[in-house]
Amino acid sequence: MISKKVSNVQQALNGVTNGMTLMLGGFGLSGIPENAIAELVKLGVNDLTCISNNAGVDDFGLGLLLQKKQIKKMISSYVGENDEFERQMLSGELDVELIPQGTLAERCRAAQAGFPAIYTPAGYGTEVAEGKETRAFDGKMYVLEHAFKADFAFVKAWKGDEAGNLIFKGTARNFNPNMCGAAKITIAEVEEMVPLGTLDPNQIHIPGIFVQRIFKGQQYEKRIEQRTVRQKE
Amino acid sequence: MLDKTGIAKRIAKEVKDGYYVNLGIGIPTLVANYVRNDIEVEFQSENGVLGMGPFPFEGEEDADVINAGKQTITTLPGASFFDSAMSFSMIRGKHVDLTILGAMEVSEQGDIANWKIPGKMVKGMGGAMDLVASAENIIVAMMHTNKAGKSKLLKQCSLPLTGVGCVKKIVTNLAVIEVTNTGFKLLERAPGVSVDDIRNATEGTLIIEGNVPEMDI
Repeated sequence: MISKKVSNVQQALNGVTNGMTLMLGGFGLSGIPENAIAELVKLGVNDLTCISNNAGVDDFGLGLLLQKKQIKKMISSYVGENDEFERQMLSGELDVELIPQGTLAERCRAAQAGFPAIYTPAGYGTEVAEGKETRAFDGKMYVLEHAFKADFAFVKAWKGDEAGNLIFKGTARNFNPNMCGAAKITIAEVEEMVPLGTLDPNQIHIPGIFVQRIFKGQQYEKRIEQRTVRQKE
Repeated sequence: MLDKTGIAKRIAKEVKDGYYVNLGIGIPTLVANYVRNDIEVEFQSENGVLGMGPFPFEGEEDADVINAGKQTITTLPGASFFDSAMSFSMIRGKHVDLTILGAMEVSEQGDIANWKIPGKMVKGMGGAMDLVASAENIIVAMMHTNKAGKSKLLKQCSLPLTGVGCVKKIVTNLAVIEVTNTGFKLLERAPGVSVDDIRNATEGTLIIEGNVPEMDI
């Protein structure tokens, strides 16, 4: 067994420096690498390019890095929940590249899978396709989108083991599996670190080969963005 | 004239037995409440769930089980979770049968704009561009006019596009409309709404053939 285990978040983030490109898993606040984000704030690294579907809310998730102006550029599909983000974008302090959500997922997956680029129909005929190569297949138009190039990927899983194997829970899975192995170094944080051999190999979502460092997160707030309930009859 | 619930009720009639359906945020989300309960339908949410159920009871919310609107949800028997790449494989690969989404503008060529108002609102397209680029069956749910009273059914969209030539059907507070090669074909009128009311609220080419029936909701 090749061990990927590091003992804490400080060790996990060793080597993260100013100006790097980072991938961060999560959809809204669900499945975000909370501990890695908190440590990035502490480290004070800046001029970061962050690839993440959303940008958190003002006081949680990537919003914490935005507050400290640590992010130079965001690559996301939807950023509607964050006032500070909108302010920095409209004032020009923050460079923002908005791309279709499926394209974001597939540009991660392409990097993970060794494809330099993919063709997608999404965005054809819109400003997203401006300046990009397009091509017809069977009479339908597609846009060439390149694989991401990132220094670190930060993902969050439910359970993991020392070998770096990961299992995700519910919709907290989202972009996390697609970002594993899509950057030079993938750092997984887990809610539960289980003894080696206790995860059923049939049930593993991401094999440890895609993960370079794994640690157990100190704590998880798992904040709910839109608490919606129904009444018992 | 219909309210938002009425629009959702009318669209629910377009949902057929055996359909996998993706619902956008806003009016489309309401459609799930009005689908006939004698048919089998599964709702997909692009953040990674198929077989979405109703909102949870108070105290049973799970931060790890949400929909694309970031609302807490439940799952039904037979549901599955998956990653974002697989979710959009379902969408781009045309495995989802029906997509229902909102719009700011639709053109008579079937172009749709729903993600950006330059200088005012820049929230992003989320999954909308992937959905409209591939879905064969797209229904737009929206009000016929905007808050300023201007038509949202146009000859050409004025806002940045989400997709081109993709919308097939539109259900508004005033009408059911099919997008054809020659323009917006009026299929049904909302209760109490005249053909003239619809014509006055439609900037694009409106095609009226014979007697236009009132919606059955």
